[in-house]
Amino acid sequence: MHPAPSVIFFTVFSGVGFGLLIFLGLGLPAVTGLNAFAFFVIAYLCAVGGLVSSTFHLGHPERALKAFKQWRSSWLSREGVCAVIALMVMALYGAGLVFFETRWVALGLIGALFSLLTVFTTSMIYAQLKTIPRWNSPLTPLMFLSFSLAGGALLAGQITTATVLVLLAAIVQVVLWMIGDGALANSGTNLATATGLGTNGNVRAFEPPHTGTNYLLKEFAFVVGRKHSMKLRLIAIALFAVIPLLLLLLAPFSHWLAVLALISHLGGAFASRWLFFAEAEHVVGLYYGKR
Amino acid sequence: MTTLPTSTTKKLGLVIDLDTCVGCHACVISCKGWNTENYGAPLADTDAYGSDPSGTFLNRVHSFEVQPEQGTAQLVHFPKSCLHCEDAPCVTVCPTGASYKRVEDGIVLVNESDCIGCGLCAWACPYGAREMDAVEKVMKKCTLCVDRIYNENLPEEDREPACVRTCPAGARHFGDFSDPESNVSKLTAERGGIDLMPEQGTKPVNKYLPPRPKDTLSEGAGDIDILAPYLEPVAQETKGFLGWLDKTLENL
Repeated sequence: MHPAPSVIFFTVFSGVGFGLLIFLGLGLPAVTGLNAFAFFVIAYLCAVGGLVSSTFHLGHPERALKAFKQWRSSWLSREGVCAVIALMVMALYGAGLVFFETRWVALGLIGALFSLLTVFTTSMIYAQLKTIPRWNSPLTPLMFLSFSLAGGALLAGQITTATVLVLLAAIVQVVLWMIGDGALANSGTNLATATGLGTNGNVRAFEPPHTGTNYLLKEFAFVVGRKHSMKLRLIAIALFAVIPLLLLLLAPFSHWLAVLALISHLGGAFASRWLFFAEAEHVVGLYYGKR
Repeated sequence: MTTLPTSTTKKLGLVIDLDTCVGCHACVISCKGWNTENYGAPLADTDAYGSDPSGTFLNRVHSFEVQPEQGTAQLVHFPKSCLHCEDAPCVTVCPTGASYKRVEDGIVLVNESDCIGCGLCAWACPYGAREMDAVEKVMKKCTLCVDRIYNENLPEEDREPACVRTCPAGARHFGDFSDPESNVSKLTAERGGIDLMPEQGTKPVNKYLPPRPKDTLSEGAGDIDILAPYLEPVAQETKGFLGWLDKTLENL
């Protein structure tokens, strides 16, 4: 799959932003006044910034409001609905903390729930696709949720929780990579089933429909950089898990080290998300003898 | 509404005969022509006369080589367009309701004025039947020539999809699969029509007729041409330097 920068930026940043909102909704840390204001500004910058960037890959962003209509069937629509509810509820909850120094517990819990649902619905957009066997797995939502919560915990300064969650994210990520590598072969879809010609012999793509490229090849048969995927995986896991864990566990706590851990984690999360798209094989590539 | 209808009155679709298709791409061109000049946004070409030409097509013809365990390989031309699936995954993922399946005839269409161009439906389609138009930025797909098949301004013989009307080999057939007596239902039953990627669970309406195995006249029957013996190479022995080299290398 073509790794569109706007979508990578969106999934990483809105994931972390909603992750922070989840922790703020639970009262971790229990901040009020100006402190709370600072936390909420960071959370909204990440979450809303991510959502805005996601509209950049739309062909007609001016019609984006129509996307709230089909929540009965579409995960993309559900994501939009959950995000708007989460952001509105958390704004109200944040106003209570910042301006009235009161914590409306129920409102915070509802906001945290919808923030969690937003990340889950985002992940289901990818996990639902049978056409991309690498993504079509319960591990995909688990990966998105663990990254979002780990990043959120780091931003919220929840050191112990963050340690556990970063470790969890690393485990889920490694398992997703291992299972993902065999996903297309294990999916049962191959050129024989794609053409129905398998009973006659071994099928090979002989000639593509056109000499030039097309939308399908640009969007689905992205192969640039796959040969470096092993190196990138190591870089990703070092940045998003190993370095932050070392900084959090070994060194005595300081704000500067926490910031460093966060920056390293985000860098690793970007590399991981780039790989998530770049390594994903769409079955339509089979018709072109590509994957 | 992007939830799928539980059933459709008719099931209009195509039968594509892989035994008959000669790979001339006439269906590709007639499709592009009709759908650029008529209903909906035109199918754009970008850099058409430059070094990196690309364009939107609703129908593309692939060619595949099928190599049996014994015997010669077979070349199969393979036209591919929207299969108007009963369980169309492209429809349910659409966030705006722009993609829909018609209750009356089962045709899967895009309402272009509602399409936000997110591309998710193309991601969900295993067949590559949907393409985002590079100029109009909306999703384009086969309409089964919905603006021809019911069009009373056209002579009756033209009221079928442009690809079917134009096919010089008669490899494409249009009809209603819900009627067991229709031409397409009968053809599918007679020739063992198949679904593409049945494991994806899309229940495609369009069916493909598998190519018949290549004839075996040249195998086992010995020389079929009585003149064949006279066509044996005259010089069997190699002479000169190359002959010497050949023998020397053989003896090494």
